[in-house]
Amino acid sequence: MRESTIMKIHYGTALAAVALVAVHILMRLTMNFAESLEYENVLANYKFVPYAAMLELILILLSVHGFNGLRVILLELKQGRMYEKAVSYGCLAGMIGLIAYGSRTIIMTNMGMV
Amino acid sequence: MAQVSSIANEQTSTPLSSSTSITLRISRFNPEHDESSGFMEFSVPVQKWTTVLEAILEVKKHFDHSVAVRYSCRQATCGSCGMIINGKPRLACFTKISELNSNVVTVEPMNNFPVIRDLAVKFEKLFDSHQKIKPFLIRDDTELVSDEKEFLQSPEEVEQYIQFANCIKCGLCNSACPTMATDSSFVGPQALAQAYRYVADTRDKGKDSRLKIIDDSHGIWRCHFAGSCSQVCPKGVDPAMGIQLLRGYLLGFRS
Repeated sequence: MRESTIMKIHYGTALAAVALVAVHILMRLTMNFAESLEYENVLANYKFVPYAAMLELILILLSVHGFNGLRVILLELKQGRMYEKAVSYGCLAGMIGLIAYGSRTIIMTNMGMV
Repeated sequence: MAQVSSIANEQTSTPLSSSTSITLRISRFNPEHDESSGFMEFSVPVQKWTTVLEAILEVKKHFDHSVAVRYSCRQATCGSCGMIINGKPRLACFTKISELNSNVVTVEPMNNFPVIRDLAVKFEKLFDSHQKIKPFLIRDDTELVSDEKEFLQSPEEVEQYIQFANCIKCGLCNSACPTMATDSSFVGPQALAQAYRYVADTRDKGKDSRLKIIDDSHGIWRCHFAGSCSQVCPKGVDPAMGIQLLRGYLLGFRS
């Protein structure tokens, strides 16, 4: 993938994440803040499908943005063909792993398996 | 005429009879013999108009001829005498000692360049990066071989790139760049600014090939817009702005 395409995704995910995380934080204001973080209320959020879908989206956006940011930082720290390949594939694997693990948590909670 | 002749014969413009003197600290390092760099101090007489280069040449002439320094035109045109002067990348011939407001002037080789000896650094990577971005007009048509054809531009079209054409390839921008300090493969602000200079030129048709070259994992996207390249340019070029404008082409904001 061209670097400009990757960076367009990087900037796009940042903007989308800011918007969705703002919605996520504003949802804490629908009730008392401490109350909104109580176990039952958090579970209720996960079971509400549109909210769970938004959490999944935030997870994907932040994982893509975060791991690409990490890739960029690591590429600037050290150079070398093998190192750069390892960093790129390592970050891709980390991103996929985090999305898979987070999605599993969201889906299991949504389906009442937790 | 006699006065002109005496000035021409004088190697430096600083007379030894000057009443003011400063301490010139010169970084000394020979990679073939030394493990690390050190400083040698010289007391140099100066006048209000004495430049750092003239002070260094004074040292070479009267104290230590082995000090290695690269210079040529002495008028900020050739871009040879770039160095770190009191912590900031500057041209030695374009920096008057009086403007530094210090009695101690420290000169070091430019950062982010391999040192040949003392103040002289290798420019190979700078020139390689410059060459890589194809610093010439690219056209496929046959108009170039015709004597009758001129590529006319409006003043507005010239305005788009003319400041970037002032680059003298002194390397000060690359020396000041924080990304170049860690990323040895980074193409650098000098080459990126020159890429913009040709991309923005309406006579040029090589935009796509140039953008492809800089759209690399160590290309234009590694610039963090610190802006230090623009701060140190002795010719008033703004590489940071050129890089941002160049990004506009890659992001689809400019065509």
